[in-house]
Amino acid sequence: MGISSILFIVLIAVGFGFFAFNVRKVIANINLGRDKKINDRKGERWKVMTLVALGQKKMFHRPIPALLHLVIYVAFILTQVELIEIIIDGITESHRIFQPYLGGFYKLIISIIEVLSVLALVATFAFLARRNLLKLPRFHKDEMTGWPKLDGNIILYLEILLVLFIFTMNGADEAMHIANGNESYGFAMSQWYGPFLFGGMDVETLHLFERIGWWGHLAIVLTFMNYLPYSKHFHIFLAFPNVWYSNLDAKGRLSNMEAVTNEVKMMFDPEADPYAAPAEPVGEPQTFGVKDVTDLPWNSLLQAYTCTECGRCTSECPANQTGKLLSPRKIMMDTRDRMVELGDYKRNNGADKHDNKTLVHDYITEEELWACTSCNACVEACPVNIDPLSIIVDLRRYLVMEESKAPSELTGMFSNIENNGAPWQFAQADRLKWKDEN
Amino acid sequence: MSGIKVNTMAEYLAKGETPDILFWVGCAGSFDDRAKKITKAIVKILNKVEMKFAVLGAEESCSGDPAKRAGNEFLFQMQAMQNIQLMNEYKVSKIVTGCPHCFNTLKNEYPELGGNYEVIHHTQLIQELIDSGKLRIEDGKPFKGKKITFHDPCYLGRANDVYEAPRKVLETLDAELVEMKRCKTKGLCCGAGGAQMFKEAEKGNKEINIERTEDAMEVKPDIIATGCPFCNTMMTDGVKLAEKESSVHVMDIAELIAQAQDL
Repeated sequence: MGISSILFIVLIAVGFGFFAFNVRKVIANINLGRDKKINDRKGERWKVMTLVALGQKKMFHRPIPALLHLVIYVAFILTQVELIEIIIDGITESHRIFQPYLGGFYKLIISIIEVLSVLALVATFAFLARRNLLKLPRFHKDEMTGWPKLDGNIILYLEILLVLFIFTMNGADEAMHIANGNESYGFAMSQWYGPFLFGGMDVETLHLFERIGWWGHLAIVLTFMNYLPYSKHFHIFLAFPNVWYSNLDAKGRLSNMEAVTNEVKMMFDPEADPYAAPAEPVGEPQTFGVKDVTDLPWNSLLQAYTCTECGRCTSECPANQTGKLLSPRKIMMDTRDRMVELGDYKRNNGADKHDNKTLVHDYITEEELWACTSCNACVEACPVNIDPLSIIVDLRRYLVMEESKAPSELTGMFSNIENNGAPWQFAQADRLKWKDEN
Repeated sequence: MSGIKVNTMAEYLAKGETPDILFWVGCAGSFDDRAKKITKAIVKILNKVEMKFAVLGAEESCSGDPAKRAGNEFLFQMQAMQNIQLMNEYKVSKIVTGCPHCFNTLKNEYPELGGNYEVIHHTQLIQELIDSGKLRIEDGKPFKGKKITFHDPCYLGRANDVYEAPRKVLETLDAELVEMKRCKTKGLCCGAGGAQMFKEAEKGNKEINIERTEDAMEVKPDIIATGCPFCNTMMTDGVKLAEKESSVHVMDIAELIAQAQDL
């Protein structure tokens, strides 16, 4: 085993090892959330996942970014074929190990990868322009400054680097192949630009360029992979489970809180003994509603990690469009930031410790929460079925039921419903008066 | 007297009869002056087709929707349990609502609490009546040549995927049905949902109902049709603010059909 394969194996081991370490952290953070069983209607779930995540059905509501995104997506998936070869080549110190076995098919695959890489490069520049030059409003909201803005650009820079390394690798390899007296590989792009850019160089130099491309490609892939858990770009993996676990019911349906149901049922039960000792509480006492990420169901936390901050939710939000503070995307970003913060704190200070911060107030303000019209435009707009509305309602529940904090008009509305069965102050006995009015 | 026939569940019970359907009027439909007209239009249509329907009358109570959306789950469930107990005692099996919010809550949130009914919105019922030939729109004369645009209520559209029924009903009128640029799944909220109806909007630079009314005005309609008493209020206010109330009318689909029928 040569020095290069040892170096390669070490790099791969460190790269995958660190990734695994971070993925475990992500899983632990998602598990900070409440248990919630989601495993019904499996057939339907696979179908939705195939259409929405794999098939990107909802992306195509906006065709231009959808096409650009599709190119990068398909290029990314197909490049993994080349990556498998790189890994085997790296370990065995072979060169293009699949080529003799696959023959014409190999030529086809690499050609498709090359063409897609060019298209992906074009798409990447288009995305950079959309983000930085075109000033699309949804990329320039308040929550998109600082790290989120940089994050969006870093991903695109890494993609450019990745494609450039692939081109260097294949172009130099093509020229070297010919310089060694062989026929062209015949790959769609490199058979043209290879001789054009690298033709005339000596084999030593070409080999050096080919190696730079090869190792560079590997380095970017490993960097990219390890960047993901810190980035909004994690959606490339999480979009799939996220859609699988997404809500299949009518969007208008809000969950009924079980803890409340139990109490209300007892109040309605004529047999219930008001003096009976309260039943032994099962499990930990639960907060009514959501105060912090630990009160959220785990799938809301998965959604927070899945959000890639595209802002379709926010651009469709009626509150946001009319200048209110609410941005559904910020709800998801805040949830993620708070989850990561609390997860790190608990890992450093002990699982039962708490830093005395909360998702509500410290991250998401009351003003944001009370601006929501629960219209479901954000839920409808999300290409990966994220549901910011359920988090908003959960947080409102905490404000109302634990802190008794609601805008005063709403408190009035509550008492009207309690007293006379309508949100306004009209006597219930008068509900049929309209029948006799003209 | 308005010449409408309305019986309560209690009256049916006293006669030893069961109605075919319960008309859930809702709080707006019971108390709001504008919405009461919609309620009557629905009743006129039900009377016209001689449907055996009943209302709960003074026994009806808020479905709990605004409380639930505002985060008061206790109050919601208290309301829900109370209504469910009542409706189960009356052995209700089918409900038509005059409001998409009641529709959504009764349809989607009551079953888990023991209230299992077939729930439809009044635009769906009207469509059924037209489809089955029970309600015939002869020539839709009052609307000939009029431009109508339909504003999708969030709780009918996105919340429950009911987009076609209201449109099919409108198509029976001899009018021109024009869509706003934001419609169906992309329809913009009127601003009233999620308990906003009962409070001032949070600080911003525009009212949502104005934004939505502008969408409607772009297609230059004679009538903005809705299927929700809250949307009706919001759009009516929007039209008034735009000082267009003399040329643009905000009407519920039930009212349009009742008018076309000369009811």
